[in-house]
Amino acid sequence: MQIFPRSSNNIARASLVIVAVVVAALGWVLWELERTPYVTNAGVRKPQPVPFSHQHHVTGLGIDCRYCHTSVEVSSFAGIPPTKTCMNCHSQIWTNAAYLEPVRESFRSGKSIEWSRVNQVPNFVYFNHSIHINKGVGCNTCHGPVDKMPLMYQQESLQMEFCLNCHRAPEKYLRPREQVFNMRYEQPANNPLHRNLVSVNGHDYDDQIELGNALKDLYKVRSVKDITSCNTCHR
Amino acid sequence: MDENSKLKGGPDVCPGKRGQLDLATVKAEIEETSGPEYWRSLEELAGSDEFREMMHREFPKGASEWLESFSRRGFLKTMGASLALAGLTGCTKLPDTVIVPYVKQPENLIPGKPMYYATAYTLGGYASPIIVESNMFRPTKVEGNPDHPASLGGTDVYAQASLLDLYDPDRAQTVTYMGDVRSWTAFTEAVRGPISVQKGIAGAGVRILTQSVSSPTLAGQIRDYLKANPQAKWHVYEPINRDNVNEGAKMAFGEVVETRYDLSKADVIVSLDADFLYAGFPGNTRYIRDFASRRNPDAEMNRLYVVESTPSSTGMKADHRLPVRAANIENLAHVLAAGCGVASSATPSLSDQETYYVMAASKDLQDHGGSSVVIVGDHQPPALHALAHQINAKLGNIGKTVFYTEPVDANPANRNQSLHELVEDIRGGKVDLLLILGGNPVYDAPAELEFASALKSNAVALKVYLGTHNNETAVLCQWHVPEAHYLEAWSDARAYDGSASIVQPLIDPLYGGKSAHEIITILAGQPGLTGHDLVQQYWQKQHTGGDFETFWRKSLHDGWIAGTTYAPKNVSAKGISPQRSQPADANAIELNFRRDPSIYDGRFANNGWLQELPKPLTKLTWDNPVMIGPAMASRLKLSFKDVVEVELNGKKVKGPIWIQAGHPDNMVTLFLGYGRTRAGRAGTGTGHDAYPLRTSQAPWFASGAKLTPTGEIYNLASTQGYQTMETPDGSDRPLVMETDLEEYKKEPAFAKEGEVPKELTLYPAVDYSKEMYAWGMAIDLNACVGCNNCIVACQSENNIAVVGYEQTLKGRHMHWIRVDAYYQGDRNNPKGYFQPVPCMQCENAPCELVCPVGATVHSSEGLNDMVYNRCIGTRYCSNNCPYKVRRFNFLLFQDWETPQYKMMRNPDVTIRSRGVMEKCTYCVQRINEHKIDAETASVREGKDVRVGDELKTACQQSCPANAIVFGNLNDANSAVNKWKAQSRNYSLLAELNTRPRTTYLAEVRNPNPELKPESQHERSAG
Amino acid sequence: MATQTPIPVEVPKEDQRVPVIEPGHSFATIGEKVSNIVLRRPVSLGWVFGFLVMFSGMNMLLFALGYLFMKGTGIWGITIPIGWGFAIINFVWWIGIGHAGTLISAILALLRQSWRNSINRFAEAMTLFAVACAGVFPLVHTGRPWLAYWMFPYPNSMNYWPQFRSPLIWDVFAVSTYGTISLVFWFVGLIPDLATLRDRAENPIIQKVFGLLAMGWRGSARHWHRYETAYLLLAGLATPLVLSVHTVVSFDFAVSIVPGWHTTIFPPYFVAGAIYSGFAMVVCLAIPIRAVYGMEDFITARHLENSAKVMLATGLIVGYGYFIEAFMGWYSGNTFDSFLLWNRLHGPYAPWYMSLLISNIFIPQLFWLKYFRTSTFWLWILSLVILVGMWLERFIIIVVSLHRDFLNSSWGMYYPTKWDWMTYIGTIGMFLTFMWLFVRVLPMVSIAELRTLLPEAHVHEAEEVHK
Repeated sequence: MQIFPRSSNNIARASLVIVAVVVAALGWVLWELERTPYVTNAGVRKPQPVPFSHQHHVTGLGIDCRYCHTSVEVSSFAGIPPTKTCMNCHSQIWTNAAYLEPVRESFRSGKSIEWSRVNQVPNFVYFNHSIHINKGVGCNTCHGPVDKMPLMYQQESLQMEFCLNCHRAPEKYLRPREQVFNMRYEQPANNPLHRNLVSVNGHDYDDQIELGNALKDLYKVRSVKDITSCNTCHR
Repeated sequence: MDENSKLKGGPDVCPGKRGQLDLATVKAEIEETSGPEYWRSLEELAGSDEFREMMHREFPKGASEWLESFSRRGFLKTMGASLALAGLTGCTKLPDTVIVPYVKQPENLIPGKPMYYATAYTLGGYASPIIVESNMFRPTKVEGNPDHPASLGGTDVYAQASLLDLYDPDRAQTVTYMGDVRSWTAFTEAVRGPISVQKGIAGAGVRILTQSVSSPTLAGQIRDYLKANPQAKWHVYEPINRDNVNEGAKMAFGEVVETRYDLSKADVIVSLDADFLYAGFPGNTRYIRDFASRRNPDAEMNRLYVVESTPSSTGMKADHRLPVRAANIENLAHVLAAGCGVASSATPSLSDQETYYVMAASKDLQDHGGSSVVIVGDHQPPALHALAHQINAKLGNIGKTVFYTEPVDANPANRNQSLHELVEDIRGGKVDLLLILGGNPVYDAPAELEFASALKSNAVALKVYLGTHNNETAVLCQWHVPEAHYLEAWSDARAYDGSASIVQPLIDPLYGGKSAHEIITILAGQPGLTGHDLVQQYWQKQHTGGDFETFWRKSLHDGWIAGTTYAPKNVSAKGISPQRSQPADANAIELNFRRDPSIYDGRFANNGWLQELPKPLTKLTWDNPVMIGPAMASRLKLSFKDVVEVELNGKKVKGPIWIQAGHPDNMVTLFLGYGRTRAGRAGTGTGHDAYPLRTSQAPWFASGAKLTPTGEIYNLASTQGYQTMETPDGSDRPLVMETDLEEYKKEPAFAKEGEVPKELTLYPAVDYSKEMYAWGMAIDLNACVGCNNCIVACQSENNIAVVGYEQTLKGRHMHWIRVDAYYQGDRNNPKGYFQPVPCMQCENAPCELVCPVGATVHSSEGLNDMVYNRCIGTRYCSNNCPYKVRRFNFLLFQDWETPQYKMMRNPDVTIRSRGVMEKCTYCVQRINEHKIDAETASVREGKDVRVGDELKTACQQSCPANAIVFGNLNDANSAVNKWKAQSRNYSLLAELNTRPRTTYLAEVRNPNPELKPESQHERSAG
Repeated sequence: MATQTPIPVEVPKEDQRVPVIEPGHSFATIGEKVSNIVLRRPVSLGWVFGFLVMFSGMNMLLFALGYLFMKGTGIWGITIPIGWGFAIINFVWWIGIGHAGTLISAILALLRQSWRNSINRFAEAMTLFAVACAGVFPLVHTGRPWLAYWMFPYPNSMNYWPQFRSPLIWDVFAVSTYGTISLVFWFVGLIPDLATLRDRAENPIIQKVFGLLAMGWRGSARHWHRYETAYLLLAGLATPLVLSVHTVVSFDFAVSIVPGWHTTIFPPYFVAGAIYSGFAMVVCLAIPIRAVYGMEDFITARHLENSAKVMLATGLIVGYGYFIEAFMGWYSGNTFDSFLLWNRLHGPYAPWYMSLLISNIFIPQLFWLKYFRTSTFWLWILSLVILVGMWLERFIIIVVSLHRDFLNSSWGMYYPTKWDWMTYIGTIGMFLTFMWLFVRVLPMVSIAELRTLLPEAHVHEAEEVHK
C-alpha cells in the first residue's frame, strides 16, 4: 500500500543535502553577523551636535592630534577637548557661523557639548592610550584615516580579534615614535611597484617586519606572552 | 603626587553647581509659604528647566541626571568606568553613549589620572591622618598618611570604611523643620530671632552638645562664643568615652593628661583589659606598627601579657593571656602593683593560677624596668589607671615607653556628668536653644537619664540637630540640618600625639550639608564665614613667622601641621594608694558592655562594609550576640543559636548566644551599637540594643545580671565555618605553623615540613625567571593582629559587593581576603591565631585546568588572572580551590542602580555582574598602572625604569602592622624576596604542590619560661 | 549422478526456562496486540488523569527554570564551599539512568541476548528521555546560561577557544554524542514497526504521519538486509559510548583535587552504578506497563529476573567501589582523606550516608533469593529503593565531599531550597510525561524483533539456509 508517490523518494534524498546546506549557511550568517557594523559600529557615522570635521582641522589646517587630545601621551584617556579649546580659535574665526552656535552656547551657558561617542570598547576592557602611543602604535592604526574623515566614524571593529592581531604580532604594526601622529605615514615597502624607506637611528628599513622587530627591542615592547595575558586588558 | 593638584582641594573641587539653580535659592523662593500654599508654589516653579535639572541633582533619580555636574559626568561617561548597566555579556551590541567634556577644564587635571589629597578622619576626637584618592574629583579610596607619625601609612577599619558613609544614599539630604523640607536660609532666618534674644541674656538658655572635639578651630569658636555669652554652656557626650582614663589621671596627677606609649621600646607589655591593638583605641594604628615591629623572632622580641575580660584580638596575640572577669582585674592590678614595689594598701587573695601569673608578670616587668609598660583598658575604673601610672613610674618607664602630654580632647569634661547636667537643665526648663552637633544621644545616652523623654518634653523651645542621618535624635528636634561628611567640609583635628591635621574636603557637599563650624558661625552671629575661612583664620593666628601661604600649603600637602605635636609633659604621680572598690560577688553574673568591633557605638550601623565585616574573633556579621564562655554555656545548658533574655535591674534585652572560647566564666558580654530604629537601609533593625541596660553608674560592667533562655532560635551569620585546626576526628591540620621562641631557636625551619619538590607535577614546568616581573606575596603571621583593615581596604579598592545578612548566613559573603581565626587547646583559655587568606595565586593552580571556557588562566608574570567577562559561572574553579578564596555572584549582588555608589567605585576595576566568579587579583589594576607608568617612562627617558616596592596592594598598603609584603620575585632586592628567604617562610597546604605565590611566615610566640604549664597547650607545628 | 543428501538443519531447541514470549502467538497476533495499543485502544480517563499529573510536574520545572533565569543560581541552596548541588546530582543521576537503554539494545544485541528484544524499545525511549532530563542541568546550573555556548569550540570574534583540559568540555562532547547516537539507534529500530502501524492505521492522517516516519519501508529483503546491517553498525557504535559517557562524567570529579573526588576508582564504579540505576528504572517502568497494557506475554518473568540479576551484579560492583573508597581513606593515611571517611560516618550528613549504604548495598542483597527476583511487587519496590540509593550516592559524593574540604575555616553546610526540589521533581515529571506519550503513540515493544522470537521465525531462517 502506497501513501506517497515514488517521487517523494527524491525529496527524501534531497533533504539530506538541503539540511547540510542550511546548517552551513546558518554558520556563515552567524560568523558574518557578529562582525557587521550593526554589531561593531564600524564605519557608522553618528549625528553630532556640531558637524566637526577632522579632515578639515587635520589635513586642512594641519592641527596636531595632541592640540585637542591633550592627555593621549600620559593618560589612559586621550581627552576630549573642552569647549574652551574650540573657542581659542573660534572666538576669532567663524565667530558667527550658524553651525558653531552650539559651541558658543556651551561656552556662554557653561553646559557641556554632548558628543555622541564614536570609538568605544566594552566596560570590562581597559584600553590605555599612553602605552600604545609611547610604544610606537600610530593613531591611525586603530582610528583609521582620521585626516580623511569629514565626519568621525569608527574605522575598525575594535573586537577582541582586532586587538589580538597586533598583540600577537606587534612587529607588523609598530612605527617610529616620531611617526605616531603622522596621518600620512606609510609602512616600509620594497616591491617593484613601490619602494618606501623608513629610517630609525640612521638605519633605513624597507621591510616592516625588520623595522617592527627593531622597534620592539628599541621600545622594550613586552613579550607576546605578556601582552596577550588576560590582565593586560581585563581587570 | 602633584603639589598643585592637592592645593586645589578647596572650594572649587567640584565645579558642579556653577551658574545653576540650587536647592537653597529655590527654597528661598518658596519658604515664606507653607502647607498647600507651599506645594502650589512648588508646582509653579516646577515648570522651569533649571528647577527640574536641580531637582534631579539634589534628589537623584538615576545616574545620568544625577551626574549633571560635568566633572562627575566626565568621569562616568568618558572613562567608561565599568559603570554602564550592560553587565558583562560577551558579544552584545554596545549601547550608544555620549561624551561630555568640560567647558573649561580645571588645570592640573589629567582625565583618567587619579589625584591624592591629604586630610584626616576623626573618631572620638582622635584624628587618623589619611591620604584620599580622587578620581575626577570623586573620592574613591582612603589610605594612611605614610609621613604622619600617627599613621605611617596604616589606617584603621573605620577610616577605611568612612568612604562608604560619604556616599550613603540614606544620608539626610535637606534641611528639615518638623520633617518638612526647608532651605538653609529658612533655617538661618528661623534661628536668628532666638539667638539675638539669647544675646540679651548672655546666652543663659543656650546649650551646645557636641561629641568629643579635638578641632582647635571648633573649640576656639565655641570658647569665643562662651566668652561672649558667659551663661551659655558647652556639654560633651559620647557613649564610648575615656572618663575612666581622665579620672584616673586626675587621681594620679591632679589634672587630666594624655597618656602616650612607645611600644617600639617596650620589651614587656602588660595589658589590663586594654584592647590597644584594635581600631577605636587612640593611637592604635601606630601602636600596632610598633608592637608588630617587635615581634620578629630573629630580633629582640617583646612579650605581651594580657589580662582581659571580654576576649579581644589583642588578647589573642598575647604570649600569656589570662581571662578574668572585669571586676576582678582590679585585684590582680593591686597584686601586680605590690609585686612591682608600689605600696598598695590592698592585699586581695587570688586563685593560685592568678597569683602564679601575676607574680611571673611582675617579675618580668621589674627585670625590664624602663623598657616595659602597663596599659589599662578604658573600661577599667579610674583607680586602676592611677595604679598603672604609679607602676609605670616605679618601673622607670616614664619618658621611655610612657609619655604624658596635654589632653588631645579640647574639652575633657566627664561625659556622663556633662550629659547629666544638661538633662537636669532641660528638665529644669533652663534651656531655650539646644544645639546638638553630631552624635546620637537619644539612642546612646545612659539609660537612667531618659534623654529621649527629656528631649521630647517641650521644655526646650528650639532644638537644632546637626547630623548626617535622620536618626533617633533628629526626629526629636524641630530643625535637622544635614551634616557635611568630613570629605565635604573644612575642619581640623588632633591625632593621639596632639599633632594637628587640616581636614580638607575633596568634594562639594553632595546634599548641601553643613559643618559644625558653620552652625556655630550662625550662633555667633558671623554668618557667611565658611569653614575654610575659619580654619585658615585660626591657623593664621597660631602661625608665627614665615610666609603663611607657604606654611598653609605645606600643611595641606603634608596632611598635618609641623610642630603641633604635643611635647611630653613633666608630671609626677602622687603616691596615693587607691582603695579598691567592693569586691564583686563571685557567684553573681557579671555583665560587660563593649563597643562593637565593627560598628563601634552604632554610628556605623548603616555602613554595609562594616556591618558585613567579620568581627575579629567571632567572625560574626550583621548582629551582636550575647557572649558567654564555654564553662558557663555547659553549666546553663546553652548552645549557639539559643536566644536568651539578659536582665539587669529590671531592664531586659533579648539576643542569641555566642559561646566564645576564652571568655571568662560567670560573665556575659553585650556589644553596643545594634538595634538601631532609624539607622537606614542597612542598619535599621539589625541585632539588639544593649544601651537600655547601660547606666552612667555602671557604663562598662555591672554585677547581678540574669540570663533566662527563651526557647527561641536565631541564626547568627558567621563567615568562618569551623574555628579550630583540630578536625572533629581528632587529627590536626598544619594550617597556622606555630612554635615558641626556644623551639624556634633550636629548629628555625620548623614550618617547612610538607613542602614538595617542584618537579612533582605532570604539567610542564613554567619558567618565570626570564620575565621582568614575577609577583608574589608574603604574610607575617607573627605581625598580623587581626585588625581587619585588609578586608575593608580590599573591599573599597576592588568594588566588592555587600550581600547582606541572609546571603552571609548562606556563606555567600564576597570578601576577597579574609582573616581566619583559629583556637587551640583549652577552650576556656585557648591560644589564638590570625591568618589572612587572599588568593594564593598558585603556580599550579587547580582552578585553572577545570574552567571549561578558560576564564581563569595564568599570566606571564605568574598571576592567576580572573576574566569576569569570560566567566559563565560553572563554579567548578571554586570547588577545586583548596583555599576557597573564590567568591561567586550567586545573585545580582552589585548595586547597579544607586547613583551614589557609582560615584564611589574604583574606575579601574570591573563591576562584576550576576553569575560571575571573582577573587583576589593581587590588585592587578595597580600592577598595570605602575607597569604602564614605568614603561612609558623608560621609553620617554630612554632608561630602564622598573616597578619596585613602591607598588603596594590595597591590603598591604592599609596594614598598620606591616604584616603583608608584596613585590617582584625576579628582583633580588625586593622586600618580598627577603621575607620569603626567611626560615619561617612556608606555604599553606604545601603537600598539594599548588606552589602558591602567597606564602606565610610562621608564628613564633615568646612565652615566659616561668609560666610553662600554660604552654603545654602549645602545638609544636606539624 | 550422485544425489546429494540434504544437510539436516539444527532447529534450536526450546529451552526449558520461562520463555521470553508466551506460547500461542503468531506474527499476526503480535502485530495485532502491540499496534492495537497505539491505534485501536480508546484513550482512558486514567491515562488522561495520569498525563495531567505528569504534565503539571513538567510545568513546575519550566516555572522553576524561568525563575532561575530571572534571579540567578542563588535561588538554590548552593554556596561557597558547596558550589555544586542538586543540579549536578540530578545530572549524574539521570545520565546514569540513561545507560540501561543503550546497554540493552546495543551490547545485549551484540551478545545475541534474544530476551532483550521485548524490552529494548521502551528501554531506549527511557534512555532518550533520561538523557533529555540530564541535558537540562549542565546548561541551567551555570551562572550565565545565555553564554553557555562558549563551551562549544567555534571560531569567534574573540579569537578564543574553550579550555580543553576541563572535564566539563569533555562532558559536552560525551553527552551530546551519546544523545544523538541513542536517538538514531532508537529511530532506526522503529522504522519497520512504523511501517506496520502505517499499514494498519485507518485514519488517513495517522497513516500519513506514520508513513512519513516509516520512510517508505516496504519490508523487502533488501530493506531487511540493510536494516540489519545499519542496526548492527549502530549497536557497535553505541557500545563504547555506554562505557565512555559515564566514565567521562566521573572525570568531572576524579580529575579534581577535592578529597572524595580525587580517586581512580571512579570510572568503573560510575559505569556500574549507571547500569545499576538504569535497570532499576527499566524494571520500575516495565512492571506497571505490562500490567496495564497486558504485555505479560511479551515482558515475561524471565525478563524481570534477568534484570534483577544484572542489578545484583552491578550492585555488588558499586558496593566494592564504596569499600575501596573507605579502605583508601584509611589506608592512605592522608589527613584529608581519612577525615572524609570520618565525616561521612559521623559528620552532619551521616544519616544520608547510612541510608545510602542500606538502600544501595544491603537491601539489594535480597536479589540472591529467587522469590525477590520473581515477585513483581518486591522487584518493583526494590528497584525504587535502588533508584533512591543511587541518587543519594551522588549527593554524598558531591555535597559531603565539598562541604568540608581542606581549610577548616571554609567549611559550610548545604540546605536545598524549594527551588532545588521543584527542579528535581520537575524533571521527573518531564520524564514521565514523555513516557506517558510514548506508550500511546509508538509501539512500546518492537514488533519486528518480537516476531523473530517466534518458532516460525526460526523455521523460516532454517529454510533459507536450506535453499
